[in-house]
Amino acid sequence: MNDIWTPIRLTLELAFITTFVLLSIGTPVAWWLARSRARWKEVAATIVALPLVLPPTVLGFYLLILLGPQGPGGWLAGLWGGRSLAFTFPGLVIGSTVYSLPFVVQPIRNGFEAFGNRPLEAAATLRAGPWDAFWSVAVPLARPGFLTGAVLGFAHTVGEFGVVLMIGGNIPGQTKVLSVAIYDYVESLQWTEASLLAGLMVAFAFAVILTVTVFEKRVARPGR
Amino acid sequence: MSAGAGESAIEFTLAGRLGDFALDVVFAAPMRGVTALFGPSGSGKTTILRCAAGLQRLSGRLQVGEDVWQDDAAGVFRPPHRRPIGYVFQEASLFPHLSVRDNLRFGAKRALPEHGVGALDFADIVKLLGIGHLLDRAPAALSGGERQRVAIGRALLSQPRLLLMDEPLASLDRLTKDEILPHLEAVHESLAIPILYVSHDIGEIERLADTLVLLENGRVAAAGELAVLQADLELPLARAPEAAVTLEGAVVGADETYALTTFAVAGGTLIVPGRQGGRGDRRRLRISASDVSFSRAAPEETTILNCLPVRIHSVSRHDRDAVQMNIVVGLGDDGGGARIVGRVTRKSQEALGLTAGRRVFAQIKSVALLASGAGGGPRHRAIAQSQQEKADEAQRA
Repeated sequence: MNDIWTPIRLTLELAFITTFVLLSIGTPVAWWLARSRARWKEVAATIVALPLVLPPTVLGFYLLILLGPQGPGGWLAGLWGGRSLAFTFPGLVIGSTVYSLPFVVQPIRNGFEAFGNRPLEAAATLRAGPWDAFWSVAVPLARPGFLTGAVLGFAHTVGEFGVVLMIGGNIPGQTKVLSVAIYDYVESLQWTEASLLAGLMVAFAFAVILTVTVFEKRVARPGR
Repeated sequence: MSAGAGESAIEFTLAGRLGDFALDVVFAAPMRGVTALFGPSGSGKTTILRCAAGLQRLSGRLQVGEDVWQDDAAGVFRPPHRRPIGYVFQEASLFPHLSVRDNLRFGAKRALPEHGVGALDFADIVKLLGIGHLLDRAPAALSGGERQRVAIGRALLSQPRLLLMDEPLASLDRLTKDEILPHLEAVHESLAIPILYVSHDIGEIERLADTLVLLENGRVAAAGELAVLQADLELPLARAPEAAVTLEGAVVGADETYALTTFAVAGGTLIVPGRQGGRGDRRRLRISASDVSFSRAAPEETTILNCLPVRIHSVSRHDRDAVQMNIVVGLGDDGGGARIVGRVTRKSQEALGLTAGRRVFAQIKSVALLASGAGGGPRHRAIAQSQQEKADEAQRA
């Protein structure tokens, strides 16, 4: 019974770190997709969006190859004496990031596109350089997109199962997250633990969606 | 006004294509007063303004006073945020996430130190534009006119050396326009910042512009002093149904009994209804071509107050079935004063033999008072003065 806390702690850790990585990678990608006039940007957008459609097992399979000893993940792990990134926590973060990227990029891109060119032009005529205008105008105006992206990325990471199972396996304390733990409890007929964790997930999902809805309404309301 | 600028100018040379629209312009605007870019939509006005701001790039050269902002031959292109401009868009384009106060401060905080000379003060600008009661509101809670006034204030507080205005009144209704125009006039009169003003509304041009650049299909059709271009029969202004000239006048007398004010203009005096300020005050007057008629002899016993000796300068070219013709005259016996345009029928023109060089009398049915003209009221003068003092101080330091 006491070890249900290990997967919960691990899941939260994974979700927070992944959300942070997702925002750091997703923001420049979303900015580029929103502002670039390159013709092939929709091709790039499609690649980012692929995890939306692919079965998690397909994604997990490719990630497993990439993270494994023969892939770039293995080479990377070699830098600190490891053999592979598969079946490790860093590997899990990488996998979750790829898997949840579209859920973060799309809302942020929409947020950047929603206000058009004008506010940035106005900022430029008021002596704000590109970097300054990005932080003082673009980010605050795209705030609803950031909020939605962050919450979706977090929640999606908490809830993933297929990819984790493919690349993380089931190592307690290292890669055994909530969703996998529930599966295990059911497999070994530990219904109490399974229903406890499952109930927690339901409550969590409910709280997330309610928070986002309420918050978005408040953000959308004009004035102060 | 600023001593360093001297008689320097804003010099444009721009050429390029945008889709199937070709722009090719060369013109210079003075470093003072309002220079209006005027022309039908699609003539390239806004493109020129955006190129001046650096928001858009066509090949060419742009020099403002001593500074070169773009020179393709030398590989110079200053990005918009490095140009000391203020830009007022057609829609106010305030930042919705900031209060009015923070919108106003956005540019003020980022003003380039080297352009802080003669700094426009926050309180002065807020007062000039009448937006003091709006400071804590969000832009979404403002009316269209209020929003545009805040946008003008925001541009001014970024301490521009050149103010660019892209049809700032075009998206507003008549009433709101009338609410803002006096503020624009106040800006024009009290601040020593040159303004490039884009418009397709001749009414705004008549009230605000000193210099006019007429654009047609991406080319400069004519450029020069407003009054000169208005009285040029070769240009579309004089041919338009609402053709008119504007004159600068100074109050020289008042008739208290009948509430009339006499203005001196170059080559004569004009009587305007109403009490229009004290002796010496300068105002801008407008005379519509259709309010001007001519007679060979000095008219007697007429209800028209303004009858002036004039000399015909030019007559619009004959079009065989033209009904009406325009006649440009110079005020005064020798015709050396201000030019006005009169509209007569071809029949009258031929019957009276109104040809270039003839001395006749112009009867002006009405003279309209447009703006308060250079000098302005005491409040505006005070701001201009404090601005000048600050500039002097900065120069001494």
